[in-house]
Amino acid sequence: MILGLAKRWSVASYTLALLIVMPLVALILQSFLPDEAVFGHLMATVLPTYISNTLLLIFWVVIGALIFAIPAAWLVAKCRFPGRNIFQWALLLPLAMPAYVVAYVYTDLFDYAGPIQRSLRALFSWQTPHDYYFPQVRSLGGAAIMLALVLFPYIYLLARTAFMEQSASLGHAARVMGCSPWKSFWRLSLPMARPALAVGATLVAMETAADFATVSYFAVPTLTTAVYDTWFEYGSLTAAAKLSTIMLFVVFAFVGFERFARRKQQLFQKQSAPGELDYYCLNGAKAFAATGYCFILLGLAFILPFVILLQYAWGYFAESWNANFFEYSFNSLWISLLVSVICVCIGIVLMFVRRVSPRKADMLPSRLASTGYALPGTVLAIGILVPFTQLDFAINDLAYYFGLQEPGLILTGSTFILICAFCIRFAAIAIGSIENSYKRISPSLDMASVTLGLTPKSMLTRVHIPLLRKGIFAGLLLVFIECMKELPAALLLRPIGFENLATYVFQFVSDEQLEHGALAAIVIVLVGLVPLIYLNRSLEQEK
Amino acid sequence: MRVITSLMMVGLLCSASVVSAAERLTVYSYRQAFLIDPILADFTKQTGVEVDVVFSKKGIAERMMREGRLSKADIVLTSDFYRLMELVEKDLVIPVSSEKLKQNIPQKYRSPDEMWYALTMRVRNVYSSKDRLGPLDINYEDLADPKYAGKICTRSGKHPYNVSLVASMIAHHGEAETKTWLEGLKSNLARKPQGNDRAQVKAVSEGLCDIAIGNSYYLGKMLQDPKQKPWADAVEINFPNQDNRGSHINVSGMALAKHTKNTEAAIQLMEFLSSDTAQQTYADVNMEYPVKADVKPSKLVASWGQFKADELPIYKLAQYHGAAIKLLDEVKFDL
Repeated sequence: MILGLAKRWSVASYTLALLIVMPLVALILQSFLPDEAVFGHLMATVLPTYISNTLLLIFWVVIGALIFAIPAAWLVAKCRFPGRNIFQWALLLPLAMPAYVVAYVYTDLFDYAGPIQRSLRALFSWQTPHDYYFPQVRSLGGAAIMLALVLFPYIYLLARTAFMEQSASLGHAARVMGCSPWKSFWRLSLPMARPALAVGATLVAMETAADFATVSYFAVPTLTTAVYDTWFEYGSLTAAAKLSTIMLFVVFAFVGFERFARRKQQLFQKQSAPGELDYYCLNGAKAFAATGYCFILLGLAFILPFVILLQYAWGYFAESWNANFFEYSFNSLWISLLVSVICVCIGIVLMFVRRVSPRKADMLPSRLASTGYALPGTVLAIGILVPFTQLDFAINDLAYYFGLQEPGLILTGSTFILICAFCIRFAAIAIGSIENSYKRISPSLDMASVTLGLTPKSMLTRVHIPLLRKGIFAGLLLVFIECMKELPAALLLRPIGFENLATYVFQFVSDEQLEHGALAAIVIVLVGLVPLIYLNRSLEQEK
Repeated sequence: MRVITSLMMVGLLCSASVVSAAERLTVYSYRQAFLIDPILADFTKQTGVEVDVVFSKKGIAERMMREGRLSKADIVLTSDFYRLMELVEKDLVIPVSSEKLKQNIPQKYRSPDEMWYALTMRVRNVYSSKDRLGPLDINYEDLADPKYAGKICTRSGKHPYNVSLVASMIAHHGEAETKTWLEGLKSNLARKPQGNDRAQVKAVSEGLCDIAIGNSYYLGKMLQDPKQKPWADAVEINFPNQDNRGSHINVSGMALAKHTKNTEAAIQLMEFLSSDTAQQTYADVNMEYPVKADVKPSKLVASWGQFKADELPIYKLAQYHGAAIKLLDEVKFDL
């Protein structure tokens, strides 16, 4: 733009971006190695099912999430009904709930042995499973519903904003032309919100592709679980890397789609003038239906699982309230905190360089760095282990060469690798959040500060960072929640003797004894809630 | 930049654990912590050697391969024989020559070349519904019989316990016949393979299926848990193939890690694990059959009666493991 930015800024941003892209490159290189025909065998037998399961699951989750989210978002954005003010933020709460916990709770409820089927049998005096039909919870459909229940808030959040930002005058025009609310939803609001919906759907699709725990609990093998199994059952890292590369293609297809959708977004979204209000006041049956819909959605996705969790935790409190629980909570907290701070720093540096650098090439690093989010945890773990192990050995060889004591596996044998993996996966979130904030800072401020003789560094610290406050904070919070929940990368990379809340809870889930881990699950949810509520409030205030 | 660098340094410092090389052992364990913790605590009390345990359900061998000579592992504990073979195959363990171990552990429960030693054994049982079937005189082969169509429950075919059962079928009948058997078994399933062995017993007690495949010790553990006792009470435990080759057994075991720096203390721990005290704890806490001849199984386990075990030496099953996994994929057992 306007600054002769010193080269070292570029160097820094490229280094950061390359570090983030490194696992991706390592993975692709690894996948070219020979693998003793494991991959060929998989191709001939189960791989087609894995791929079709993955695609079907993504399809159904996205459809489900859209169906859950759109009505809720439209009601909250465009209508006034009892409870609206609460639902507005409460519908974000399911994001704090790990999907595998919801899955566990519903399996317990709807299983053949669960209370629902049991009471049905008692009621109609059915004896065996052959006497009646009841859909299997542990199935692809079941997994799709569970994931849609916890992921729909992504779409809800974006759609709500899009609906709110739609110019009120258009709404007025529609009314004048005799459009019923229903008609104006179909013909006006929905088509205009399409780009936001596409972005939300892509996020949901990526999260679905990355899900490990729910599908493994439900015995629905997808590419993500296949990567894990191929590595450990067949013992072939290369075959696992090949699978991961396929997985990447799937995910990048979605990312490309998202970029494409967002490209048009600018055209559609116009800020309404302040004070312009346009909403439908719902009364009677309509109000009842609106409140009912939002309540049932929230109840199924959050309240019910949470209450059941509380019940489990209460029953097993004495066993769960122990030293391990505190240790794992502390582990989760400090790692999430550290990672969110690092991610935000990465975001600031990359976006600053991109904003003020006169060089075209400096646009690239922030784009590159955002690819990390597309790597599902299992895939990322393989990608990061390969180069870091080599680095570890290089360090030890070097120490040996100089006659020093070998330091051991300081990178891969410690939480360092876990922290790196989380940073790589979640930097994109911080980058995005800071990017959004930057858009609101007028370039004239940059010019003014240059005129006043500020160096780039003091421009960043004295002008930009104070103005980016909100974006920085939002980035911190979002990365924090994701870190608390992230499971597959933690499962594969945690060092000796290290557990965090997510791995601890999953251990119980996979052992079908969530009761013992319920307290830890509650901590994950509660810690996630605070940021969510804050985040929503700051979004509200922007309006 | 400086902020980032210093943050990274802080992260490094926090994470790089400083462990003195003094008397301290690291155990990589596929076995659950609750089971070995009390035994290890005993060991520490007796010898003063501290023991760190790394627990993981999967991927320990892969981890050790990656760690190579820098690995911290001294001893590996596994819950399945194939994991032991895998360690040998990938050259991750070294032989231990100890008179005490040889005395304590019968020959068929240790590797011929001293690479590993079994600690406990368990049977792959067939559970049947008390109400609907009663006790059964059954062979594994019968599970593919169409008369059980829609009546059998099992966990994932890919679980090590099932894989080793399939491997033993291959050892006795060859691949082609085993494949037919697997297809028959699959078509008899009441539901897609899911859950753990416990969940299968629960499914029988709820009437979802009449027969479940499961390890013996799960029944013992369920009988001890008030919430799960009703499930366990609903099933009979049957030892398969009693009129012919005997029931398929699997073992848990231990091996000495290749790059251990504490050979002496590690062997001391291995000997301790094979001792009467440790074996008795294993038997009582986890309801498994001790391998040491003069240690009795727990009262509950003993009440299930004597049984005939498959005499095929366990290490011979290892060579069919790969074929077993491939067969399971070929018949799409889990899908």
